[in-house]
Amino acid sequence: MADFLFLYRGGSSEDAQLSPEQMQDYMQQWGRWIQELSASGVMTQVGDALEDEGAVVNADKVVSDGPYAESKEMVGGFSIVQAQSLAAASQIAQGCPIFTTNGLVEVRPLAGMAPQD
Amino acid sequence: MSQERGTDRVHQLVDHFFRRESGRLVALLSRVFGLNNFDLAEDVVQHALVRSLETWKIRGVPADPAGWLYQVARNRALDLLRQRDTAARLGPEVTAYWNDPAALGECFLEEEIEDSQLRMIFACCHPQLPPASRIALTLKTLCGFGSGEIARALLTSEAAVKKRIARAKALFRSQPISLEVPTGAGLEHRLESVHLVVYLLFNEGYNSAAASAVIRRDLCEEALRLGQLLAQHRSAASPATHALMALMLFHAARLDTRLDDNGDILLLEDQDRSRWDRGLISRAFEFHRRSTGGPAVSRYHLEAGIAAYHCLAPSFAQTDWKAILRLYDMLLELQDSPLFRLNRAIVLAQLEGPQAGLASLKALVGRPPLKEYYLLDATLGQLYLQAGDKTRARTCFLAARGKTSAPREHRLLERKLAACRPEALQGG
Repeated sequence: MADFLFLYRGGSSEDAQLSPEQMQDYMQQWGRWIQELSASGVMTQVGDALEDEGAVVNADKVVSDGPYAESKEMVGGFSIVQAQSLAAASQIAQGCPIFTTNGLVEVRPLAGMAPQD
Repeated sequence: MSQERGTDRVHQLVDHFFRRESGRLVALLSRVFGLNNFDLAEDVVQHALVRSLETWKIRGVPADPAGWLYQVARNRALDLLRQRDTAARLGPEVTAYWNDPAALGECFLEEEIEDSQLRMIFACCHPQLPPASRIALTLKTLCGFGSGEIARALLTSEAAVKKRIARAKALFRSQPISLEVPTGAGLEHRLESVHLVVYLLFNEGYNSAAASAVIRRDLCEEALRLGQLLAQHRSAASPATHALMALMLFHAARLDTRLDDNGDILLLEDQDRSRWDRGLISRAFEFHRRSTGGPAVSRYHLEAGIAAYHCLAPSFAQTDWKAILRLYDMLLELQDSPLFRLNRAIVLAQLEGPQAGLASLKALVGRPPLKEYYLLDATLGQLYLQAGDKTRARTCFLAARGKTSAPREHRLLERKLAACRPEALQGG
């Protein structure tokens, strides 16, 4: 088993122009998805959402408004899941409700301490 | 950690939380910003809803979601006020208000929010707005409906709804309209429009147009709440207001019995009348009594009368169909609506048989506005089925099925279609 980071990119409900009722519906989809993965032990850390605002610090120690990415690819949150392989983790990510608002999930293995094959 | 987060999730949002809070916040913020800055109020509310959703979708719902939402809204409003152009646009009075934490806290009190909503509903029914815009705007601003949901409630297109709302907003921008409950001669006319809006809102809940939502009890309650606000207000509590309340309460009393344990639709004749809410029915009769105070008879008086006869009938067979038919005739004299005619045909069929009902529906078939309305086809199907014409009944039920996307309505129509099979014993 290995740990994987899910980065939730884009898919903000703002861009999707959901009505309040659709927002609630969408949120409940997320609730169910996360609840299921947590209950079965697959999602070991639910993680968190990220605020829109942020700062970027560069090598010259210049602090500027960030984040850099375009809003349709901006990271909105993250979770940690456990899976046998990258393929298995990607399979799990396919159930994420983010696709209904045109977002995507970036799946990245955590390096951990043991060297990988 | 996962376990802790798991328990966080036991906090559930009440049904329609986002929609209801959206309506409350828009009314509140429009009052604070002024109606001419309606778009600012909407901006703040939209931002607060999106931020809440984006956070809660991963973390789960907090213990006090409304408090959370109001806090985000407040912060957003304060951010906007720090921008010079916004501050200039709003003027020093509003800016000072927002910089006073006590005043700011007070305006989020329940009583103030209710008062804001009452003012807002009258603003939405401003005489300079075309009637269609008033309804669309109220559903959007007070009830938090999206354009698509409004389109479904009003049997029109989403584009038409957007146009109506844009028109209303333009009026708000161009005219100094104060957010107040009107007085004097203007009141009655405005009230009529308010009544229609509240009634449509109730119907949207009662008839549950949404494809996947459970019965919109919350929406019916919202309509009753707005009606109650009117009934408690010294000048808005007209006979028609009371009649409307009576009508909605008579219907609300039957709300729970309209679905069976599987969530399938139970028609009036199949409902368990012992489960109708006697408390709501007696409240309805109380409003019904109060509604007889004036000379004018509104459609709500007549419709409440019809609903009262249904609630009084010990069984479907023992319903006083003659009295109900008379009330429908009076309704049609008041307003020749195709929906009234559709319902009258069903009553007529009870009295004179399915052929009489079918004959009276001829003029409605294939014409707008009911051309795309599944209930017309479903009613035709039912009458043909009762008349023993399974072939025609089947054609009508199939047409009805093509005109609705709601799964519950589909299941009802499937049951009807099964009854149309040649080997099925009798009309269902």
